[in-house]
Amino acid sequence: MSILIHKNTKVLCQGLTGSQGSFHTQQALDYGTQVVAGVTPGKGGKSVLNLPVYNTVRSALSEHHIDASVIYVPAAFAADAILEAINAGIKLIVCITEGIPVLDMVKVNAVLNDSESLLIGPNCPGIITPDECKIGIMPGDIHRSGKVGIVSRSGTLTYVAVNQTTQHGLGQSTCVGIGGDPIHGLDFIDCLQMFNEDEETDGIIMVGEIGGTAEEQAAEYIQQNVSKPVVAYIAGVTAPAGKRMGHAGAIVSGGKGTAEQKYIALEKAGVSTVRTPAEIGKQISELLKP
Amino acid sequence: MNIHEYQAKALFADNEIPVLSSHLIEMGDDVQSICAELKHQSWVVKAQVHAGGRGKAGGVKLVKDSNLLAETVIDMLGNTLVTKQTGQSGLPINAVLLEEVIDIEKEFYLALLVDRSVKQLALIASAEGGMDIEEVAKNTPDKIIKHYIHPAVGIQSNQINDIGYALKFTSLQIKQLSKIIRNLVKLFLDNDCSLIEINPLVVNSDGNLIALDAKINLDDNALFRHEHLQTLYDPAQQNQVEAKAKELGLNYIKLDGNIGCIVNGAGLAMATMDLIKHHGGEPANFLDVGGGTTQGKVTEAFKLISSDTSVKSIFVNIFGGIVRCDLIAQGILDAQKEMSQEQMNKDDITLKVPVIVLLQGTNADEGKKILENQSSQLIPVDNLTDGAKKAIDLASS
Repeated sequence: MSILIHKNTKVLCQGLTGSQGSFHTQQALDYGTQVVAGVTPGKGGKSVLNLPVYNTVRSALSEHHIDASVIYVPAAFAADAILEAINAGIKLIVCITEGIPVLDMVKVNAVLNDSESLLIGPNCPGIITPDECKIGIMPGDIHRSGKVGIVSRSGTLTYVAVNQTTQHGLGQSTCVGIGGDPIHGLDFIDCLQMFNEDEETDGIIMVGEIGGTAEEQAAEYIQQNVSKPVVAYIAGVTAPAGKRMGHAGAIVSGGKGTAEQKYIALEKAGVSTVRTPAEIGKQISELLKP
Repeated sequence: MNIHEYQAKALFADNEIPVLSSHLIEMGDDVQSICAELKHQSWVVKAQVHAGGRGKAGGVKLVKDSNLLAETVIDMLGNTLVTKQTGQSGLPINAVLLEEVIDIEKEFYLALLVDRSVKQLALIASAEGGMDIEEVAKNTPDKIIKHYIHPAVGIQSNQINDIGYALKFTSLQIKQLSKIIRNLVKLFLDNDCSLIEINPLVVNSDGNLIALDAKINLDDNALFRHEHLQTLYDPAQQNQVEAKAKELGLNYIKLDGNIGCIVNGAGLAMATMDLIKHHGGEPANFLDVGGGTTQGKVTEAFKLISSDTSVKSIFVNIFGGIVRCDLIAQGILDAQKEMSQEQMNKDDITLKVPVIVLLQGTNADEGKKILENQSSQLIPVDNLTDGAKKAIDLASS
């Protein structure tokens, strides 16, 4: 097993006809992902990459079985695309789009709370179960099927963690990029819970960053609920207060959200922390030694 | 995006949130004749900069003699204000706001913001106005009243009442508060704000509520749908290199060290800074060229970092995903070429710092080949730790 997605997951692409959508869908198809259709309002009836394009998610659903939808829609329209997927009852929604207004996400969250759908992102690399299914923009070839679950707020920093676990011969069960925006869908705790219950995951890597208190909450959750070894790295120890470090959610303000506070909370919870990204792979490798 | 107090107060006035009548004086205005026409006796002169802590830093001055008003304004205009939030270099005072002095009975705190932990708007009030609200929240959390605004329901009368009674307002004042809060919520939603803060909200000697200060932060991601707000951007309040970077579409923040960093991805860029610090160095900047960057952007980033005279070495840390390392390598070479050409024409650009390059991921080997034997100043490394250590060594030698 793995979490959330596997080799039989059928994927819809919202925004398939755009340059991002078609480029990354081609990559996903090459990786072996079962992308079955696309949606772009006004482009229904066309075909892109040999995939049928529909005007709406509901019309795509009437012709196909769909487990997950990936969204490459521009920021101005992305929140509505997420809402459309929720309204249609899609179980897993992965929103790659960066730069969605935060008040749009406040509304999305209210609707999401009353639904059965799960949202990954926005502003995230997506999710991958190596050798089975890739939904998102991560480079497929650095991944290997294996036993480490990775959950991260960052994109390229996740690839660094992936690369190291591959080099140490551990591989990954599933990697989830939860995104760098202040309001997003699945959080650390959701993924930690799933990894803890997943039989194929032996250890977990958690990559956090400054801003908010999600890592502190995760620390508390790990202490009480997670039996598998967890390695955590937090980016931004040197970040100055009041400056937004690239991600909309990565900001230390009002003395809250510092990397140091997060490290203290995680260490108190018995999590194995590393102070540089260079040590992530080595650390999890040592913890998983038989 | 931050905006000035006077701009925030104009938005308040447009939304019927009571503010004092005021006069804005900008650089180039005829200060003497403007001040001569003002009838009121006592004034507060407030420096318009994008930072808090103005009062303690001399950026808010009380003038009780109208003859001294022009002098105070002239003293302030064109100067630099250094507060605990600005950093050592401070911010330029290109405008001052004059407000009439009023008698204040009591000061309160009122704010509206997006609370990421509950994913809703939060309305925050306190009877401890005028104070550092973060200190109040830390030391006496019971003095902070917080209500969440459900996106489907909006602000509720009972929430306003709860705040009004907790702040010991009269029923007339609660009516005024209700109007202020409802208008604040409307202003917040209509303009895609991320924070509105009134500190202090005051009761004057007539018992009326007035917003004495106004702070508004706007959501950068939503500016595309508010043309009238885009014009409020003031590049003078940003570090000049940061402003330039913003124009180029780069995420750049100036820091105090001497090791320039060029990285793709915000998380990896932060991690690179941390790594340098961990091994005893000091990063000169945060720079994220973006997860899906282009050759051209890398060239611009390279030129930008090279223009920073405090930079003694540059660490390029790229993890190729969708972006290919060979294109990044070509971008670095292009920048080198462009800069050395410019150098022959002009003397003011000097690129003589070593560049440490770590390429991983997609087409890393092709990228390394491109950079091979190009210059003794281009130094390839194979891992993060070696890269950081080498950058530190070369910056201090």
